[in-house]
Amino acid sequence: MADQPHVAVTEGADDGPVHWLQKLLDNPWLLLFLGVVVPTLSYTVWGWVELVLMKKAELP
Amino acid sequence: MSIFAVPAGWLKAPHGAERTWLAIALLWCLVLSVMMPYWHLKGKQTSSGEAYDVEPGEFNARVEKFVRDGKVDVRNGIPVVEAPPGGHAYLIGRSWTWYPILKLKKGVEYKLHVSSLDFQHGFSLQGKAGQGLNMNFSVLPGYDHVLTITPTSAGEFNIICNEFCGMGHEKMTGLIVVEE
Amino acid sequence: MGILTSDNSRVCDTTGLKVCLQSEMLIKLNAVVAVVCLLIGVLAAFGLALTRWETIGLLDPLMYYRFTTVHGLNMLIFWILFMEMAILYFAGTVLLNNRNASSLLSWGQFGLMLIGMGMVNYSVFTGRADVMMTSYVPLRAEHEFYLGTILFAVGALLGTTNFFANLYVAKRDKTYKGSIPLVVFGALAAAIIAVFTILHGAVALVPTWLWSIGMMEAPDAGWYRLLWWGLGHPSQQINVCAMVAVWYLLGTLTVGAKPLNQAVCRTAFLLYILFINRASEHHLLVDPGLSAEHKMWNTSYALYLAVLASMIHGFTVPASLEVAQRKKGHGGLFGWLAKAPWGDPGFAALFVSLVIFGFGGGITGVTLGTHQINIVAHNTLRIPGHFHMTVAGGTSLAFMGLAYYVVPLIFRKEYSFRGLARIQPYIFGLGISIMAIGMTLAGSLGVPRRHPDIDFTDAAIKADLSAASPFMALVGIGGFIAATGALIFILLTVHAVFLGASNKGRAMTSWQKPEQDKLTRDLMSTNWNPEGAGLKPSGTSVLTLLLLAAFAIYYFANWKALADVWHVS
Repeated sequence: MADQPHVAVTEGADDGPVHWLQKLLDNPWLLLFLGVVVPTLSYTVWGWVELVLMKKAELP
Repeated sequence: MSIFAVPAGWLKAPHGAERTWLAIALLWCLVLSVMMPYWHLKGKQTSSGEAYDVEPGEFNARVEKFVRDGKVDVRNGIPVVEAPPGGHAYLIGRSWTWYPILKLKKGVEYKLHVSSLDFQHGFSLQGKAGQGLNMNFSVLPGYDHVLTITPTSAGEFNIICNEFCGMGHEKMTGLIVVEE
Repeated sequence: MGILTSDNSRVCDTTGLKVCLQSEMLIKLNAVVAVVCLLIGVLAAFGLALTRWETIGLLDPLMYYRFTTVHGLNMLIFWILFMEMAILYFAGTVLLNNRNASSLLSWGQFGLMLIGMGMVNYSVFTGRADVMMTSYVPLRAEHEFYLGTILFAVGALLGTTNFFANLYVAKRDKTYKGSIPLVVFGALAAAIIAVFTILHGAVALVPTWLWSIGMMEAPDAGWYRLLWWGLGHPSQQINVCAMVAVWYLLGTLTVGAKPLNQAVCRTAFLLYILFINRASEHHLLVDPGLSAEHKMWNTSYALYLAVLASMIHGFTVPASLEVAQRKKGHGGLFGWLAKAPWGDPGFAALFVSLVIFGFGGGITGVTLGTHQINIVAHNTLRIPGHFHMTVAGGTSLAFMGLAYYVVPLIFRKEYSFRGLARIQPYIFGLGISIMAIGMTLAGSLGVPRRHPDIDFTDAAIKADLSAASPFMALVGIGGFIAATGALIFILLTVHAVFLGASNKGRAMTSWQKPEQDKLTRDLMSTNWNPEGAGLKPSGTSVLTLLLLAAFAIYYFANWKALADVWHVS
């Protein structure tokens, strides 16, 4: 029993279950997708919508 | 080494001083995150971005009416206009002057409408030396930028332009007079 | 395809890395053009420094504006992006033991960026684009200015695509084992941010170009600002990523440093990838039409997670240097720092860059980018004060440090006048610091950026900012010293590339004392654990706590200053 974790680390290094964070950090394509989409939605699209929805001035 | 590929197994939790610093830094970021909403609710200064779509000609006509209604003086060939206390005041940025000169009362809230007739300008309010007053807002053609503003000090305050607007930008100034 | 053979590569005589010959050529060409752009920017910097120094007031307004446009474009865009292309070729091939993927994309990158840069500089120099780097509509430049910018951006996109192709090929052909090196990961973060940047540049500038040739109405001013800053600010975030990657690289080359925990460093880069590009909002904080919610959410990079990333690198980089020094036996709270190779311009540039970026650029950046505090800072000299400490004192200086290794390792030429090279990073760092402090103080008095003087000589209504005169003198003197430091770098580098002694067939001549160099080489050839016993980074902990204290003081002092101005909402 005591040996099992040790075995898991050495043998599982290549083909065992990989942590989701490492999967993400090792996947440039997913990073590229997120890196473009996340700020585009948060900054560009939201800002664009606010500018488009701006009301006509009444100049009271 | 940071220049060589790393074999699997590098993903591990930080420990020691690195872990402590991470916790401190995260805490500090939370302080930073809370300050802006806090000031937005409790503070007296924020930029709400209140603005309306406007044609430059339309805005110019409204400013001319504002000048006719409230003109009290002329300085350097520019009309001095007293805004109705608690009411709406209008200011144009154009190449290369701020028009007209505004006369406001200390401690009274105004709706100050600022827009441009041509290029982008930068409304930069300047206190006299040592007063430490400097406030800046963007002024864009097509945008009626509404600043809900309360002067808290009296005196004469220059407006300069701090957004490059072509040759002549360096002499674009204006004035707000605040009375007690 | 990705495999290196003796026909398409050589083995580096210093590091033993295989160098793809095509990449080597592209690294050289991009670096040379980068230095040419730096030279143009530096010459303009002399004019600007001597103009804003009120006592001299060298240039008239027209020339001042033109020089500002030239300086901004060449320094912030051309010098930096050509250098970054060189870094992408290096990271995507040399560090991955890989062959460059596409000649077409690579030569397209270099050709289009060169043509674009040439068109833009031509139109600015001939007075056809006196619109500043930002070219805010409806100010109008001649069409070739916009077209040049678009071609430059497309070139950069091709270079970035080639980098992604290199990553793909290297993985497919298994040219490396495990995960990509940390420096390559940093370059990947830079490349991802570049894609966002270039796409926004295209959306902003293509309609603007069509307008300049009369095929469209003028774009809306607010819309242009939103989109243009999706180009303008993230292009500087590419720098941040590239700079941090260069810090790690120089740490390895100069002291044999190893990151303590790769997961932490990589996660910090991930935070950049996800959140740093929202900082475009920093330029729109006092704009009409965008809500306070949009401003606060974006300017804070979600919950300041990109700031967290910088604070992480601000710890891990010096900590890795400290631990490597301790491993060599240099102990004490700051003994590791005292024994550092200060005479190695690579190390000097790394450390001075780290300090200026952290203590100067970082603290001011977060503070000025705070939604409400921006009211007392927008478009004042405090802004260039901030970004000269990030882009010039931070990124440019780090890139200069890199050059002290790129020229011997890639061009295989040695620097001459080595004494001057050793002090060059300090001269540049000192000048930038003096200038940035002057700008920050003058800006706090309301002095605007992009303004030829503080007299308002010809204005109908007199304005008076003369209280700032002493600070403007600091700007002028500091700017002059910094430009001199940069010019020394350029002259040394050009001399080395064209007239320097060749080191083909042997290791590069070390910048360090033989005993320092030996300790570093020995450390690099051993397999050691930076988290091992007795290697605690306590000096770094003290330094970072000092940083946090300075940060908190500056940050809250600015809230106090804001509380004193008129009420506005």
